[in-house]
Amino acid sequence: MRRKIIAITSISLVTATIAFAGGHSGDPAVNARNAHMGLYSFNIGLLGDMAKGTIDYDASLASVAANNLAALAALDQSSYWTEGTEQGAAPGSRAKAEIWSDAAGWAEKMQMMEDGSAALAAVAGDGLDALRGGMGDAGAACGACHKAYRGPRN
Amino acid sequence: MWGKVFRWCVFLGLIALGVFWFVTRPSTLPETALAGLNGTATQGEIIFTAAGCASCHSPADATGADKLVLAGGQRFPSEFGTFIAPNISPDAQHGIGGWTQLQFTNAVIKGVSPNGQHYFPAFPYTSYNKMSLQDAADLWAYMQTLPANATPSQPHEVAFPFNIRRNLGGWKFLFLNDEWILDASTPQLERGRYLVEALGHCAECHTPRNTLGGLDTTRWMQGAPDPSGKGRVPGITPANLGWVEADITEYLTSGFTPEFDTAGGHMVNVIENTALLRDQDREAIAAYLLNLPN
Repeated sequence: MRRKIIAITSISLVTATIAFAGGHSGDPAVNARNAHMGLYSFNIGLLGDMAKGTIDYDASLASVAANNLAALAALDQSSYWTEGTEQGAAPGSRAKAEIWSDAAGWAEKMQMMEDGSAALAAVAGDGLDALRGGMGDAGAACGACHKAYRGPRN
Repeated sequence: MWGKVFRWCVFLGLIALGVFWFVTRPSTLPETALAGLNGTATQGEIIFTAAGCASCHSPADATGADKLVLAGGQRFPSEFGTFIAPNISPDAQHGIGGWTQLQFTNAVIKGVSPNGQHYFPAFPYTSYNKMSLQDAADLWAYMQTLPANATPSQPHEVAFPFNIRRNLGGWKFLFLNDEWILDASTPQLERGRYLVEALGHCAECHTPRNTLGGLDTTRWMQGAPDPSGKGRVPGITPANLGWVEADITEYLTSGFTPEFDTAGGHMVNVIENTALLRDQDREAIAAYLLNLPN
C-alpha cells in the first residue's frame, strides 16, 4: 500500500514538473515577454469589455487599466528582447528576427504603443465615448507590431 | 526485333506526349464570355477589398493610401520556392495597363496569363475561379482607377522542376476545382461561402496541403503549417476557435480576439480588408465559419 502511494506520488510529481515546464519552458527572456504581453492583454481586456458593453463603464477602473498600459509601454524592455531569441531559436518564441535586423522599425512600433497608450490613459476616465475614441491608436499599435514582428503560432 | 520495340516506344511516347499536351493545355474563357458585361468601379472596390488583392500586391511596408499602389515585390516563401508578387498596377509596361478585360478575367479566374502561360497557384485563382464574371468585370473597372507604378516585376525564385509552367496544367488537372466545398442552406450562408471560399480565399492558408501542394479538402480550415516553415496557421473551425458570432465579427473589425490578443502577420492585412466590409458581410463570414465541420 505504502509503496503504491509512493509510486503514485512520484508519478504525480514528475507529471506536475513536466506540466510546469510546459508552461514555463525554455528561455527566461521569452517567458518575461509573454508575461509582459499577458499584462497588456488583461488591461486591454478590461477596457475592451467596457467599450463593447460587455461590462459597465467604470471611470476609475478604466483609468487604472489605461495607466497600467501606459506604464507597461513605457518600461525599458531591452533586457528581455534579447538578440538570438527569435522564433525557432528559443523555445516558445514567436519573435521575428526582423526585431533585431530592423531595429529602427521595431523602435518605431514600440513608440507607437507608448504614445497611443499615453493618449488613451489621458482620456480613459472621461466617459465611455472618450474611452472608445482613445482605444483606436493603442489597438493599431498592437496590430502594427504583431503584423511585422510576430511569427505564427508554434 | 529491336526495331519493333523501338517503334513501339516511339508510338507510346507520342501518345504520352499527346496526353501531356492535352491535360496541361491552358484553358481560357471563350472570346464571347464577357459580351454585354460592363463593370462598375464602385462595386469593384468591394470585390477588391474582399478578395484582398492589395494584401499581396502592395509593397511589403505599405500603409494607408500606399496600399493601393500595386507595385508588387512581397515575397512568399514555400517549400517549392519563393514567389514574388508581380506589379498589377495599371502601368502599361510593367503592370496590367496593356491588358484587355478578357485577359484580366482569364488571369483571375483561369490562372492563365495573357501570353497563355499557367500562373503558379500562389496566385489564388484556385479560389477566384468561383468568382462571378460580373464581379470580375467590376474588379477590372476598379483596378483601372488605381495609380500606375513602373516598378518591374521580379522573377519567382523557383527551381527545376517546379519552374516548368506547363507542368502546372497537370497540377490544375489534379487540384483545380470550381465546386463549393460546403453546402449553403440560407442566403446568408451562401454569401458567407462566396466571401470565404471564393473572394477571401481563406482556405489557401487555413487548410493543409498534400505533398504536391493541393488543398486537402477533407481537413477544410483545420489549420496548416505556416508556409514560411515556422509555426502554424491556426484552424478556424468552431472547435478550433471556440468563438461565438460576435467574437468573429469583432475580430474581423478590430483584430482583437476574445482574449484581447490581436491578429498578427499576414492576417493583419486580412483584417484591414474585412474591417472595410459591410456588417452583414462580416456576419455572413461568421455564419459560414460557425457552420464548418470540425
